[in-house]
Amino acid sequence: MADTAITVDGAEKRYGGKKALDGLDLRVARGTVHGVLGPNGAGKTTLVRVLSTLLRPDAGRIEVSGHDVVREAYAVRLRIGLLGQHAALDEELGGRQNLELFGRLHHLGARRARARADELLERFDLADTGRKAVRQYSGGMRRRLDLAASLITEPEVLFLDEPTTGLDPRGRAEVWDSVRSLVGGGTTVLLTTQYLEEADQLADRISVVDAGRVIAEGTADELKAETGGDRIDVVLREAGQLGAAVALLPLTGVTVDTDRRLLSAPVTDRMEALSGVVRALQEAGIEAEDVALRRPTLDEVFLHLTGDDRRVKEAA
Amino acid sequence: MTAYALTDSWTMTRRELARWARQPVQLVVNLIFPVMLLLMFGYLIGGGRGVNGEYRDYLIPGMLALTMAFGLEGTMIAVTRDLDKGVIDRFRSMPMADGAVLVGRSAADMLQSAMALVVLIGVGAALGWRVHGGPVAFLGAVGLLLLFRFAMLWIGIYLALVAGKPEMVQAVQILVWPIGFLSNALALPDTMPGWLGTVVEWNPMSHTATAVRDLFGTPGAESGHVGAALVWPLALLAVFFPLAVRRFGRLSR
Ligand SMILES: Nc1ncnc2c1ncn2[C@@H]1O[C@H](COP(=O)(O)OP(=O)(O)O)[C@@H](O)[C@H]1O
Ligand SMILES: [Mg+2]
Repeated sequence: MADTAITVDGAEKRYGGKKALDGLDLRVARGTVHGVLGPNGAGKTTLVRVLSTLLRPDAGRIEVSGHDVVREAYAVRLRIGLLGQHAALDEELGGRQNLELFGRLHHLGARRARARADELLERFDLADTGRKAVRQYSGGMRRRLDLAASLITEPEVLFLDEPTTGLDPRGRAEVWDSVRSLVGGGTTVLLTTQYLEEADQLADRISVVDAGRVIAEGTADELKAETGGDRIDVVLREAGQLGAAVALLPLTGVTVDTDRRLLSAPVTDRMEALSGVVRALQEAGIEAEDVALRRPTLDEVFLHLTGDDRRVKEAA
Repeated sequence: MTAYALTDSWTMTRRELARWARQPVQLVVNLIFPVMLLLMFGYLIGGGRGVNGEYRDYLIPGMLALTMAFGLEGTMIAVTRDLDKGVIDRFRSMPMADGAVLVGRSAADMLQSAMALVVLIGVGAALGWRVHGGPVAFLGAVGLLLLFRFAMLWIGIYLALVAGKPEMVQAVQILVWPIGFLSNALALPDTMPGWLGTVVEWNPMSHTATAVRDLFGTPGAESGHVGAALVWPLALLAVFFPLAVRRFGRLSR
């Protein structure tokens, strides 16, 4: 048990007639980063709220750091940090005041709460703006302060619910850096996201969640291998040549989008596929507007995992 | 965790004080608003139908009670704002004493209402209003006003938890005004149409206003309402305090 930080067995949560969690299972090893990947409405926030004692599950055995989230909520609260989907800060108070407030509520005492606030402001690059009201913070700054607030006591387990949704690329990079710098300190992190890339960047293991249950679990590489890894997109000048291109290119599992004059296929060796496609097109005299390698999108992972991708190919 | 009940409640109260320090204008506006109402009804509108003696002597205790009633709005706005901003989620996910969020809210709101009483009584005195009862009766009157405010506070917390979103507050605000004005705060019920007079006499706020006039030794004041001014708020508290606490606990549903 000592090396399992989060245990979820058959978690159920119902809103009215709708099941937000429908027998969800999860194991997270201590000291690891676990990604929970799923589209809007999959049940990610519900899961995080249950794990952080904000919401009572209807059924299931749910333990955080060896304590039951319902019967031992207080013990769980002593050991967790929470970054909710929306900022949980006092907007009228300054950044430092917020951190001091939360430090006092963690019973650090006045002096240590103040020292800890200064430390965290420094670490999250907010020292200059500590006096400003949170209301005036940018989205990225607010997120960083919120993250700092969830780290007041260096929690054993940290929950991050879509930490970068709604941030611009710079804000996203800032939050990613912060999360990375946390890892290694022994904290267990459970992170939810809608972005495969984010899970890929930050998580050791990923659970793909849909309709309140886990539909796949593994490392990013395992999941991507399952979905065919990287993909190549080729946009032709003439839609009429798509058929010819599919026939001659050294690719399998090709999907075609006639409106966008696009063909797309999974690849295993990135460079070989790229040079092979470019050479084949040149030899056949087919003009391409664009040839690009990319990661599979969440949609593609999803369609694959739910078994719907065959239908997409047939439709194409 | 109960060991921290006092510390945490005090921390939560200090949070509100810090907010006042950050937004002093807001605080001053809240304190000045009842004074504006007093001046408006006392001097601009010139009411006081059927009141024996100085209307001012009748009006000021009424305004004190009305100010306590309107405190309900302030409480509701503050609670829905916290719910909306998600900061209550952070409090609830922390190892703090169970009641501290609500106790902090109550302490801060009661303090602000006490300040509003001081300001209004001060302005009244400056306008020449005098209390004719003794100091004990005076403190008793202030006590009844604060007791009434305390009942309004828990009704406010309960309604905020039921309403949830700040958008819903407006709907309730519209109700607070007729309840405030359908009382004897500004005019004698005798001068109103029969059914309205009955409603007004039943309004708990009217009992508080009448009892306060009595304790202040206001000339021509009716006596015998102190009991009702005690029982009504206590009855409201007996209903709404447990409802609010239960509703707060049910945030986890
Ligand atoms: N408070 C609520 N009341 C009713 N339904 C809810 C509530 N919260 C979430 N749901 C529903 O439960 C499902 C899961 O929601 P959520 O956990 O927020 O998903 P995610 O965070 O993955 O987007 C959704 O269908 C959502 O509409
Ligand atoms: Mg969510």
